[in-house]
Order: sequence, then structure tokens, then C-alpha cells
Amino acid sequence: MQQQALKSSQSMHSLLERYRASKFARSTAFLPAVGLFVVVACMIALNSRFLSFGNLENVARQVSINAIISVGMTFAILTGGIDLSVGAVMALAGTITAGLLVSGLNAGLAILAGLGVGALFGAGNGVCIARLGMPPIIVTLASMSIARGLGLIYTNGYPISGLPDWFAFIGRGKVLGIQTPILIMFVVYALAYLLLQRMPTGRYIYAIGGNEEAVRLSGIDSRKYKIIVYLIGGFTAALAGVVLSSRLMSGQPNAGVGFELDAIAAVVLGGTSISGGRGSIIGTLIGAMLLGVLNNGLNLLEVSPYVQNVIKGAIILLAIFISRQRGTASAH
Amino acid sequence: MTQTSQIASEPLLALEGISKSFPGVRALRNVSLSLEQGEIHALLGENGAGKSTIIKIMGGIQSQDEGQIFLNGKECHFSSYKDAISAGIGIVFQEFSLIPELDAVDNIFLGREMRNALGFSRKNEMTRIAQGIFERLGVRTRFDVPVARLSVAEQQFVEIAKALSLDVQVLILDEPTATLTPTEAELLFNVMRQLRDQGIGIFFVSHHLEEIFEICDRITVLRDGARVGVLKTSECTMDHLVERMVGRKIENTFPPKPALNIAERILEAENIRFVSNGHPNSFYLREGEILGFAGLVGSGRTETALALIGALPCPGKTVRIEGREVSMGNPAQALRHGIGILPESRKTEGLILGFSIRDNISINNLAQYTRPIGTIDTAREKRKTQELMSAVRIKAPSDETTVVSLSGGNQQKVVIARWLNRRSRILIFDEPTRGIDVGARAEIYTLMRNLTAEGYAIIMISSELPEIVGMCDRVAVFSHGVITTVLEGDAISSEEVMRHATASVKKFAVDALSA
Repeated sequence: MQQQALKSSQSMHSLLERYRASKFARSTAFLPAVGLFVVVACMIALNSRFLSFGNLENVARQVSINAIISVGMTFAILTGGIDLSVGAVMALAGTITAGLLVSGLNAGLAILAGLGVGALFGAGNGVCIARLGMPPIIVTLASMSIARGLGLIYTNGYPISGLPDWFAFIGRGKVLGIQTPILIMFVVYALAYLLLQRMPTGRYIYAIGGNEEAVRLSGIDSRKYKIIVYLIGGFTAALAGVVLSSRLMSGQPNAGVGFELDAIAAVVLGGTSISGGRGSIIGTLIGAMLLGVLNNGLNLLEVSPYVQNVIKGAIILLAIFISRQRGTASAH
Repeated sequence: MTQTSQIASEPLLALEGISKSFPGVRALRNVSLSLEQGEIHALLGENGAGKSTIIKIMGGIQSQDEGQIFLNGKECHFSSYKDAISAGIGIVFQEFSLIPELDAVDNIFLGREMRNALGFSRKNEMTRIAQGIFERLGVRTRFDVPVARLSVAEQQFVEIAKALSLDVQVLILDEPTATLTPTEAELLFNVMRQLRDQGIGIFFVSHHLEEIFEICDRITVLRDGARVGVLKTSECTMDHLVERMVGRKIENTFPPKPALNIAERILEAENIRFVSNGHPNSFYLREGEILGFAGLVGSGRTETALALIGALPCPGKTVRIEGREVSMGNPAQALRHGIGILPESRKTEGLILGFSIRDNISINNLAQYTRPIGTIDTAREKRKTQELMSAVRIKAPSDETTVVSLSGGNQQKVVIARWLNRRSRILIFDEPTRGIDVGARAEIYTLMRNLTAEGYAIIMISSELPEIVGMCDRVAVFSHGVITTVLEGDAISSEEVMRHATASVKKFAVDALSA
């Protein structure tokens, strides 16, 4: 009798072990996925309106901006760095695109100019960090200030309005029944996934976060890849800026204040290690959705925005606590 | 009567029958030491002979598996360095434990600050005491600047003052002269004599035999974790000591060296210096040979190798590969010219510990598996990795195993496989067998010889004399950043290498001038 119980507990144990060893359970996106599942389940239980298609689409669209910015942030954090300039770069790129459109420049060129400015800012961050050896947090703090200032100079501090009607397509339109920002978000994530998981560059990015000195001594030009990482960060921020300008139909120089913090939150909630080397882009998408669902759900539950901030902060702390427990448990 | 003489002959500190094992290594075997009051006692031995371990045991940082420690005849058990300090044992470690931003006084009293009733630090009082200690030492230093701005020698004195402020009876100095200039070392010796005359017992670790003869009263020689002799300095000669230190039969089975043939020079390096005003070293490497870089720790071997591949800046160097001059400004260029390095610390410089064997091996060779559209063909990468793993005999469940879980020997083979995959023809092995057990060592030696037979050329940096003697076709011996000699063939012997490695550079400089 006792033996039998022991045996069945053993087989349960081995089943659990096998599950734990499976690839999905070991991936850094596992816990975030469980977290998202739990939060969604809670929201469904607490509010019937949550599950409507309209609301879910709404969540996805609201998430898209932060999710796009978080792609670049994931790259930076994977190398063990950080990019605080993303919110300001987003605003700068958005106002430049808006300004050029209003001045009558060719639409494609205006968008390219916005994206180009973002990429250039990112590359500048990268050069300071990789070539000049300055710490990422300081470099991007400085460039955040510079980008914000340039945006205000460019617009004189006023929003730019009067954008051509068709431009609304990027932020508000639909392609094949899917809202354009959501589609853009998925395309960006697909490309980022391909780069990180399937291409040599991605492997180097992880490896730099894992042990930069080993990467350098094995003959990889790690500095080049760090520049690429920050360039991508500037580009995705600028892309989010173009989408935001289109959704608001104006170029807002004060947009995106604090967005870098939301992006860091999404990356970290997505299971990426803040010290680099471990994490995934899928995790970041889950992290961004987790934040979006929380926002939306708490709004539906008519929780005061002040209280919402406290809850979000507490959830981030809880998430890191749980993932640390798991990390130390698996290390032994 | 007999009792009094017993008390008089009782040593200040005695270690009896100390043994200590680490996984795969027996670091100390039944070692006994004794230190008299007012004695300077040298601990002598090659790197890895067990000196550091026995120091750590005396300091309570590690505990012995067997054996006892007696201080003034009473048995002691130290469970931490703190215990040892309060018993009266102070250690000045090879790597300083000073906090660079704090001044000397704050460093000396770190963690034991004197405070007044309000909790404010009594800096004046502490400064007065510190001054007293320095007066006792007979040296001066500045108390008003962070210790980072003091010279290395002054920092050393701050360390010693810190130990003395604890009222130690036993002072252990672990290679204190390694970073000192001869004049500074002389100053240190004066301080040591002062302390000796005050009745303090000193253990002194140094690789420089002249220093030991200058200052020490007795010498304990360690070899392979065992004590091979206790000698009075006045009764032995330098040759005698060297023989004791290295005089073991070479037990490691080294593969036979191939007949010395006059092969082409595959690499020629000129004017390699690792500090801007350092001595420019030149050397060459022939196809199929193993060139040893021998010398003491800190003699510039690793730095010279890093300067060669551009991991350390080295303007003005000339590097020729197969007679053709090439530029080698960074490791990526070195890789393109077929030079690979197995770094000194495989954990911090060689491997990405959290990553799989496959990731670690193919990190600098991904282009080989990349499809025209830019994605990695993982199946091919996996196949090739498994081939390499069996070629160098990495024992692991699969290519997905994270390298952190591998043994030292297997980790080292992962780094070697990385370079074989690149077909890098010139390999630099920096301490390839450090922390690796005997069996895996033999495997690595065989692997190295197989590689040279295939035409690879290897520079092996090693602090282990048997390894240098047993493996190398030629040996460049470093002393204080200078290649003092290059030994070849039968001229390579432990005694010869040791003699050149401990030769003072002053003498060398004179030789160079007169030559």
C-alpha cells in the first residue's frame, strides 16, 4: 500500500521532472506565459466585457506602440546594456515625419527621414558605448535629453497638426481586417525573432551578454554588434513614433515621456535577464501584452489610475522575485 | 629543567600533518611547518606546489581535511579569517584587499572604526595610531590621499600596517615583492627586519631566490603539496634549492617530442610590448612546433601573447605570417590570419558559461553554417559540433549541454574545438592544464602533439616547469617582461628555465649592454 503510493508519487515526480526538462518549460518565456495566462483568466472572471473581440483588439492596438519600442530594448538588454533614449527618440522621429509631411515632402521620404533619424541616434549611442567605452545608462540618458530637446526645438514646443488624411492609415487603418499597428507589430517581432534566433548576429548578441570578453577573444568584433544593437533600438523607437503620429494625426514633441520605463518593464516581465545573455523576443511580446492586459483590465474594473501604478509596480517586483527563485533553484 | 627548555623551544606557530584535497586534486599531503618567534621563514615552491593553500589554511579561509595548528603551543581552530586575525595571524595577500578610494587610515581601520559617543568617527585618534605604526615600520606615507594614488610599495606598507594594527604575532606575506621595484623591495626588507627584531614571526613567499637568501632565516620547500625539506639559509646554496624545488622525476606522461626538423617560420613577431615603454620582445614560431613561454607569474607572458593578437594595444609591432607582413589590431584580425587563443581563465575569458557546448564551439564560425538567406543551418551546425566533440573527446550528454556543468578538462576542450573548427593554424594555449586533473592533462598533451603533427604551431604559456620541459620544442623564458633567453632541444631543463626566470633583469640589462 505504502509502496504503491510511493511508486505513484515517484512516477508523478518523474513526469514533473520530464516536463521541467522540456524545452518550453526551460525557456525564459515560460513563466511570463503562465503569468499572462493567469492575468487574462482573472480579467475574464472579474469582467465579462474583457473577452469581447472589440476589447481584445483594443488591447492589442494599445500594446503595439510599447511592444515595438520594447524590441529594441530587448536587444540592448540582451547585450547587458540598456537604452533610456527610446521614448525621446520616438517623439523626435514622430515630429520630424509629421513636420516633413506638413511641409509637403513626399510621404515615403518623410517616413524614411523619421526612421533614419531614429537609426542615426541609435547608432550614435552605439558608437559612444562600443567604441568609446562609455556606460550605456549614461550615454542613453544624455541622448534622451538631446533627442527630447531637438524635438522641442524642431516644433517650437507645439504639436504639429494638419497631416494629410491618408497618413492616418498607418495608425488607424486596416489591412486584411487587421489593424495596421498590430500588423506592423507582428512583422517587427517576426523579423526580430528571425534575427535573434536564426541568424549569426542574434547569436553574437546573446553571447556578448553572456561573456563579452570571451566573444572578443574568440575573434568576433563585438563592438560592431553592439553598435548594430543600439541602431536597431533607435530604429524601432522611430517606427513607434511614426505609428503614434499617425494614430494621433499630429507630431507631439512631448509624447513618449516614461515610455523607456514601460519598455524595460515589458522586457523584464518577459523573462529577459537584466544582466544580459538570457531572454527572448517572444517573452518581450508576452511582457508587453501582460502590461497591456493589466492596464485595460484595471480600467474596465474602474480602478483609479493612481492605484494602477502601485499595482503594476508590485506585479513587476513579484515577477522578478518569482523568476529569481526559479533561477537560483535551477542553478543548484 | 626539561620543562623550561621545552617551553623555550616551543615554536610560535606550528602546523602538523596538514592535508587538504579539492575535487580531483590533493593540494597538500601531510605538511608540517613551524615558525619561531623573530624569524623570517620562506615558503618556497613552484606555482601549484601548495603555498597558497597552506596560507589560506593558516588564515582560516580554508579548513584542512587533516592535521592541527598550534599557536604558542595551543591548538587552534579557525573557521574564518576573522578568527585567525583575533588569534594574531595577519596575511598580506598577493592581491591587495585595500579599498582604492579610501585613504590609508580608513583602510587600516576598515570595519573597526573608532567612534565617539555620537557615532562620529574619531579620525584624529585613528590617524595618530596609524602614524605610530608607520613610525614603527620606519617608513612614511601620505594619509590624506586615497590609497589608489600611493605607489604599489606604499600600498603594500598600508597592508602591512593594517595587519600590525591588529597586533599580530605572525605575519604572512604572499609574494610581496612581485610588484615592487628593487629599491622598494629593499625598503620592504628593512621593514621585515624591524618586525623580526620586535619578535614577530614572518612567513615570506617569493619566487626570487636572491631575495630569500638576502632576508630569510629558514626555508621550507614544498613540492606537489608535500614538504620536501626545511633548510637553514646559511647552510644551503641556490643550486641546492632549485634542485629541491623542481627535482622530481617527471611523472606526467608526456607524448614523445618529434625529431627537431628545420621547419618554416610560420609566425614572426617583432617589437611586441605590452606597456608603452616596456621592453620590445621578438620571437618566432615554426610550423609544427610547440614554443613555450615560461617564467614566473606576472613576468609578462600572457600580456605578450595578448599584445601579439591585438587584444592589448601594441603600436609599432611587426607581425609576419609565413613571411608576409600582416596587420593585427584586434583579435578579429588575428582570427582572419589564423591565430586562435585559449585564454588563461577559461571561465571568464574563454567560455560563455551559461551557453551550450554547441554555441561555444561555433561562436566564431557561424558563417560556415549560414545559408545564402542569412539563417543558420542548425542541423549542419549540430552535426559538425558532434564531430568535433568526438574528435577532441569531450565527454558530455549532448551538444546542448551547458558548459558550466562540464569538468575543467572538458571545458578546455570546448575552447580548443572552437579553434579547430576555424582551422586556425597558430594556437596560443595559456595555462592549458590549470585546474585540470592528471588524466585530462595527459589527454590535452596528446591532443596538442596530434595537432602539431598535422602542422599546427602552438605557443604554450605555462607556469608548470614539468609541462614546459616535457612538451616544448623551444622555450622562451620571461623575467620582468623581458625574454631573457630562448632554450632549445636538450638545453631545456627545469633548472635552466628556473635560473633564467629568476634572473634579475638588472643583470640582464647589464648583459644586454655589454653584449
